[in-house]
Amino acid sequence: MTTDGAAATAWQPSELELERREFRRRASGRSVLVALVSTVLFAVVAGTLVLTSPGWESVQQAFFNPEIAWESLPKILEGLWLNIQVLFFATIGVAIIGTLLAVMRSLRGPVFFPLRAIATGYTDLFRGLPVLIVLYLVGFGIPALNPTTRFPAALLGTIGIMLCYSAYVAEVLRAGMEAVHPSQRVAARSLGLSHAQTLRLVVIPQGLRKVIPALMNDFVSMQKDVGLISVLGAVDAIRAAQIVQASTYNFTPYVVAGLLFVALSFPMIRLTDHISAKMAAREQIGGTV
Amino acid sequence: MNAVLELHDVHKLFGDNHVLKGVDLEIATHEVVVLIGASGSGKSTLMRTINLIERVDDGRIVLSGDDITDPAADVDKVRARIGVVFQHFNLFPHMKVIDNVTLAARKVHGMDPAEAKAKGVDLLTRFGLGDKVDEYPDRLSGGQQQRVAIVRAILTDPELLLLDEITSALDPMLVGEVLDLVRSLKDQGSTILMATHEMSFARSVADRVVFMHQGRILEQGPPEEIFGSPREAATQEFLARVTHR
Repeated sequence: MTTDGAAATAWQPSELELERREFRRRASGRSVLVALVSTVLFAVVAGTLVLTSPGWESVQQAFFNPEIAWESLPKILEGLWLNIQVLFFATIGVAIIGTLLAVMRSLRGPVFFPLRAIATGYTDLFRGLPVLIVLYLVGFGIPALNPTTRFPAALLGTIGIMLCYSAYVAEVLRAGMEAVHPSQRVAARSLGLSHAQTLRLVVIPQGLRKVIPALMNDFVSMQKDVGLISVLGAVDAIRAAQIVQASTYNFTPYVVAGLLFVALSFPMIRLTDHISAKMAAREQIGGTV
Repeated sequence: MNAVLELHDVHKLFGDNHVLKGVDLEIATHEVVVLIGASGSGKSTLMRTINLIERVDDGRIVLSGDDITDPAADVDKVRARIGVVFQHFNLFPHMKVIDNVTLAARKVHGMDPAEAKAKGVDLLTRFGLGDKVDEYPDRLSGGQQQRVAIVRAILTDPELLLLDEITSALDPMLVGEVLDLVRSLKDQGSTILMATHEMSFARSVADRVVFMHQGRILEQGPPEEIFGSPREAATQEFLARVTHR
């Protein structure tokens, strides 16, 4: 007597199925080849256009000078380390403030009107204000309040970034919480959970899952915007590049700093794509449409 | 050749899970075939392979003489020839009823919009939905939504209609109106393959009942035979369970 497992292993694909697999293999081989050829062709055309343009040599000197790039690298890396520290603390701050704001905005009942109004006003204001202006106001306004105390520019910059991004993150979180179907709240309240418990145990976990790609996108955006703290005089990667540029009259350090920022964000971007793809696959329950 | 659909030794595996273990089935023109069987017996997977939503791992599916499992076949063209109705209706919530039912006619079959609309209104009216033409789906009851979904599937005169447990998500009060519609489709000569748990309906409307068990067709025949004197022990057990609830 054969069990199902034995029957499954005994089954072998027929001639027809093997032929079909061979056909699909050839078809995918063809499309890889087409992609390869078109990519090479595109690169050659684009490369020729740039390299044969009349100003290429001077551009290469001013922006892609390998010697200056190598010389400026240690200083810029040192600056980048400051950016990473700012990013680390800003992320924690944004997560806390953003969640608080989102919860405040979703509070029901007339008693909470002031909290709701504050949260709404805050998100309206800081989503509208350009980051640069917030940085100026915080970076030069707070020290002016206490002329005798000296605040490090990096700290003020972190606060500025935190103020701006927590407004965005709060809105994303709120959208996620509202996307959780009302029947989930009804079910949770019917079990006797309080409003706060319902939020914490049922709504936020589901809402968060829905908006993870959007949140990661905000994180990637913040990763490069921490470079803006250079306007406050903090010696970060961009400021370090500017210092080298001022002494060499060459823009290569900026290119180096830019590439380092791209390298910094690259793992996060790939991770975002990966998680989005995984979530899409889970929602589709197999199937190729 | 008057077979609309032929399945030859169809296999489907999800990883190590052998869901369809060699299914052979033939459906003639104007025939109504009802699939019955326990959850997990492969009914839905079988329907999904016919609509090419799942790719078969072996065997052939032939639609009116064309091998639709040929990897060179145009998947969209094949699907345009088959009408599908789902358990959860799957109407497009952002479109009015009339736009839902005429979408494929207008965008896939290139039918003139005015002509498609006239046909849509005519079909909706015939099935008692004449006053819902300009409504949005969420204003309709489940039974009305499912009838709209059936109109959407038949508006382009498909060669074959796949109905996958179309009454399972409905209030018992609303099941009748949907089944009446299916019965009138049968009277008009549609070729239908349907999976259902409504045994009394299967008994009255089916030309042939097919019992699926663990990924195989275990037994098939006229409804009187399958329901009256099933030969296989598994069929007897299944029928005893679903009819003595």
